[in-house]
Amino acid sequence: MIEFQGVTKDYAGVRALHPVDLSIGRGEVFGVIGHSGAGKSTLLRTINLLERPSGGRLLIEGRDVTKADGDALRTLRRRIGMIFQHFNLLSSKTVAQNIAFPLKLAGTPRSDVEGRVRELLGRVGLEAHAAKYPAQLSGGQKQRVGIARALASAPDILLCDEATSALDPETTASVLQLLGELNRELELTIVLITHEMDVIRRVCDRVAVLDAGRLVESGTVADVFLHPQHATTRRFVLEAEHVDERERREDLAHAHGRIVRLTFRGEATYSPLLGRVARAAGVEYNILAGRIDRIKDTPYGQLTVAVSGDDVDGALRAFADAGVRVEEVA
Amino acid sequence: MEGWFDNIDWTDIGQASLDTLAMLGGSLLASILLGLPLGVLLFLTGKRQLLEQPVVYAILSFLVNVLRSVPFIILLIVMIPFTVVLVGTSLGVAGAIPPLVIGTAPFFARLVENALREVDRGIIEACQAMGATTRQIVFGALLPEAMPGLVAGATVTAIALVSYTAMAGVIGAGGLGDLAVRFGYQRFQTDVMVVTVLALLVLVQVLQMLGDWLVARLSRR
Repeated sequence: MIEFQGVTKDYAGVRALHPVDLSIGRGEVFGVIGHSGAGKSTLLRTINLLERPSGGRLLIEGRDVTKADGDALRTLRRRIGMIFQHFNLLSSKTVAQNIAFPLKLAGTPRSDVEGRVRELLGRVGLEAHAAKYPAQLSGGQKQRVGIARALASAPDILLCDEATSALDPETTASVLQLLGELNRELELTIVLITHEMDVIRRVCDRVAVLDAGRLVESGTVADVFLHPQHATTRRFVLEAEHVDERERREDLAHAHGRIVRLTFRGEATYSPLLGRVARAAGVEYNILAGRIDRIKDTPYGQLTVAVSGDDVDGALRAFADAGVRVEEVA
Repeated sequence: MEGWFDNIDWTDIGQASLDTLAMLGGSLLASILLGLPLGVLLFLTGKRQLLEQPVVYAILSFLVNVLRSVPFIILLIVMIPFTVVLVGTSLGVAGAIPPLVIGTAPFFARLVENALREVDRGIIEACQAMGATTRQIVFGALLPEAMPGLVAGATVTAIALVSYTAMAGVIGAGGLGDLAVRFGYQRFQTDVMVVTVLALLVLVQVLQMLGDWLVARLSRR
């Protein structure tokens, strides 16, 4: 659907984006995470060419769009919706007029506009607010207007620029839920950028990690989230789990036995494996850290335990055989 | 009250007031018609804007600054030959309007440029992302979003015009300013001076109130 081939971006000779190779599939929710200034906003904006790549090629549905301009560019942009951190609604227009705006731009007949706007208002649950101005709405409602506006021209792709960063946790959850629905029901391809691992964990299928303009890691959310390879990714994961790295290291130093991290995924999360293995191998555990949660729709559990007793090796083998990923923690 | 308003000819005052209003209305309209596109062009060709054109911007900006730096009383005199070519006379209401417009249109253009700069860049970006043309962005988003600022700018311009019309009286434009200079100043008729100044003061107050009311009505923030 969207393919980056060695895409770079320079600003006045300074490289903001090092060659990016990335492929985003149709119907996928793809997340890009990075700290501010990491280049994620630039990366997102190359997709609808608000930022034109300095080098490389950008393919959308197999077509090279890197140099699209004029009408071709405008047609392309109408097929790519975009929502923003600060919503960017027109304050002088009502909710209904804001949603109708992209339709007017595209020259949609007036008779079609009204019905389409009503449909979109229903889609985002704002039927009662059609005649209000953005200033009369809450942040979550404004973002829903932004989403309805982005969907007006029935795009295939939705770009989300820190779409939940200005919202409180509860509103964030409801907006993310709406994005998930749209992805499933409209087969909308969603690319979102964020600095919060939690946003990635809740809606994304795959994730890429950007650090100082370089793509340092990418993969399924479960792989990246549970087994982060790059230091930046690890920091994001620890942040998401509210863990202080130094405290954790001190905790581990006091434990006796072999310290391992056990990762359960899917159904294994719910089976009483720990007790069974303990009885069979004659080991006991000291649980140092743990978490049971979901990545999008998949439950997972991750435990850091100190194992001691008769047959530690046998116990670890038993875990591995049961589909649990076992990692030694230094 | 005997002796206070001996020199006042109320018909003259009435006619002068109408002349002032005609000069104000005519030149305000022309200033907006000329200054609005100029201001939009200044904004669009400015740095990091939609039609960034450093050379065009520099030329326009220089022109605006030159016109704004000429003292209005000098502009009135310099403009006389052009005014004669343009409207056939340099006198009366018609003769006053060209210098008034040349004096205020660049001023209004700057106010327009500033009002447009106040529009959140994110809104322009959102329009671009929706596939809007520059024309659609200007008419569909920029001008409506900047409307309160534009009306406030027009109000400031109108009030500046009131004092310019008074100055135009000096070169035979008529109006309240002319009355104040010829009778109030040159013939020491203080009562005429007081009445004309009061009339101008009321005019300015009314303009400001009207402008403020419109801005408040248009603001949706």
